[in-house]
Amino acid sequence: MGNQISLLLVVIPLIAAPIAAVLPRGRLPWLLACVVASVCAILAGVQLWNVLNEGTISYELGGWQPPWGIEYRIDALNAFVALIVAVIAAITLPYALLSAEQEIPEEKIPLFYSALLLCLTGLLGITQTGDIFNVFVFLEISSLASYALISLGKDRKAFTAAYQYLIMGTIGATFYLIGVGLIYSETGSLNMQDVANILPSVLHFRTVETGFAFIMIGIALKLALFPLHLWLPNAYTYAPSAVTVFLAATATKVAVYVMLRILFMLFPQGFAMTTPAEELFIVSGIAGIIIASVYAIYQSNIKRLLAYSSVAQVGYMVLGIGFASVAGVTASLIHLFNHALMKGALFMAIGAIIYRIGACRMEQIHGLGKAMPWTFGAIVVGGLSLIGVPGTAGFVSKWYLVSAAIEQQAWISVAVILFGSLLAVVYVGKLIEALYFKPVSDTGKAVREAPMLLLVPMYSLVFANLYFGLDTDLTVGVAQQAAAILGGIGQ
Amino acid sequence: MRPNLILHVVAKFVIPLIILFALYVQFHGDFGPGGGFQAGVIFSAAFILYSLVFGLDRAEKIIPARWLRILAALGVVIYAGVGIESMILGGNYLDYSLLGSNQIAGQHLGILLVELGVGITVAAAMLILFFTFAGRGRS
Repeated sequence: MGNQISLLLVVIPLIAAPIAAVLPRGRLPWLLACVVASVCAILAGVQLWNVLNEGTISYELGGWQPPWGIEYRIDALNAFVALIVAVIAAITLPYALLSAEQEIPEEKIPLFYSALLLCLTGLLGITQTGDIFNVFVFLEISSLASYALISLGKDRKAFTAAYQYLIMGTIGATFYLIGVGLIYSETGSLNMQDVANILPSVLHFRTVETGFAFIMIGIALKLALFPLHLWLPNAYTYAPSAVTVFLAATATKVAVYVMLRILFMLFPQGFAMTTPAEELFIVSGIAGIIIASVYAIYQSNIKRLLAYSSVAQVGYMVLGIGFASVAGVTASLIHLFNHALMKGALFMAIGAIIYRIGACRMEQIHGLGKAMPWTFGAIVVGGLSLIGVPGTAGFVSKWYLVSAAIEQQAWISVAVILFGSLLAVVYVGKLIEALYFKPVSDTGKAVREAPMLLLVPMYSLVFANLYFGLDTDLTVGVAQQAAAILGGIGQ
Repeated sequence: MRPNLILHVVAKFVIPLIILFALYVQFHGDFGPGGGFQAGVIFSAAFILYSLVFGLDRAEKIIPARWLRILAALGVVIYAGVGIESMILGGNYLDYSLLGSNQIAGQHLGILLVELGVGITVAAAMLILFFTFAGRGRS
């Protein structure tokens, strides 16, 4: 029965999604989605526990043996990412109730939760599967659901944002599929384990190298790697608050996972070194950190500010991958986890502001910190974590990233990581200045603190930021174990 | 809509044949070319032809939009449910062999049910798409 968990994680949200779509309007679809997400979070926790204690789990779908059938193959790496996705979903869904009721037309609420569950299905599916074509299928499930979710935003620009993401996302997924096709034509297999065994013998065929390039660019589009990030700021800005929280904390993280898996497990040791991929990752990581952070400073929409900051944070993760060392990948994975916590908390706080004042432009939030002290507190802690102040989760990931860079003697990268933190001080400072130190604009009516239902999920992430800044057993321990699994990493 | 006798007669003659062919593709799909996806598209083509010839209002009377959403959801539940059933019977997800008295009967029943689910969802989704676009501009 223990093995069935790996499949139930995907099937439970899959079967709940159509049921949520036909439930009557009201709070029933939300309740179903909430229960499903919590069950998934518990199952993902049990799965990680099982993997850490008993080693890799293999699950044959339909009883067909791999490499012919689809195999779900769970090791510490994907169990870790699945746990992040499921837990964020379980925390976001209680939060979604009030903000969805306010932002989304009533008749679309059941469909909203249905799409959210489908998105969860897709993201969990990507993490669970051990089949490169199956990854594409789940990638499309999650992407199609997220296009629909983004287009539900209140602002009419949400349609353009969703359409832009649709075009870019489809190009990304198609590139991935072309790459998978090319690799399939040389290896005759789609099972990751099997492909990894066959690839060394056909490695330097032009077909395989082309396939590698297609896959990398396709995933880079999905994870919003600078300069392929253009869809992200609009998508995050105009999506409904709860959707922004969920996508910001999970979607790009899962894409990072796929990149790690392909780069270091599918392709054999040292292959990435023979291609320009590593240099490209380091260059675009560095460019992303600096340029996206500078963009963030100049934004007048606070949601967009955080969206650009997300692009910069993806830069840190890709930089870690670019080092192609165990320390680098460990740092990437730690940051993947911590970034989900800090951006989740920050976007939840912004969502609470939008819930109260219905706007998120810099000049409209002046002085709100005094009216909404708890929300303001969450922004401060989240912001400090984003900067990387000791005692917060952000510090841990920056610390490991800088150590990995020093280990590689990549002094430019060290300087960029530290400079990136300084830029984060500027944009987080701007946010806090507007919220606390600017005089209250007298036009608005009195603003009250956000309701409990928004504050409790927000603070569970805020405390997680503080907890994982002090106790790193789970994050660092699992990340190190996960990084060690990826055999393709050079020493 | 201006009535057109030739269209009406031809459509009334062709629509049952299209539905019959859809059912053939659906249930013969496990022996020959075909399956749920193709059958669903053909099935919905019959309804789309009907609404093109007789008008949207009459088509929506035959199959209300609320039903389409339920049918679209039902198909997915059938598909996923078959998988769950084989888990309950002690196998892996979608392991059809356990569904029947022997392996062959089980595999046959399993694929039939799964394709039925696919067919229902595809047909309903195609009609939802058609009605959504065709209904644009009406109230």
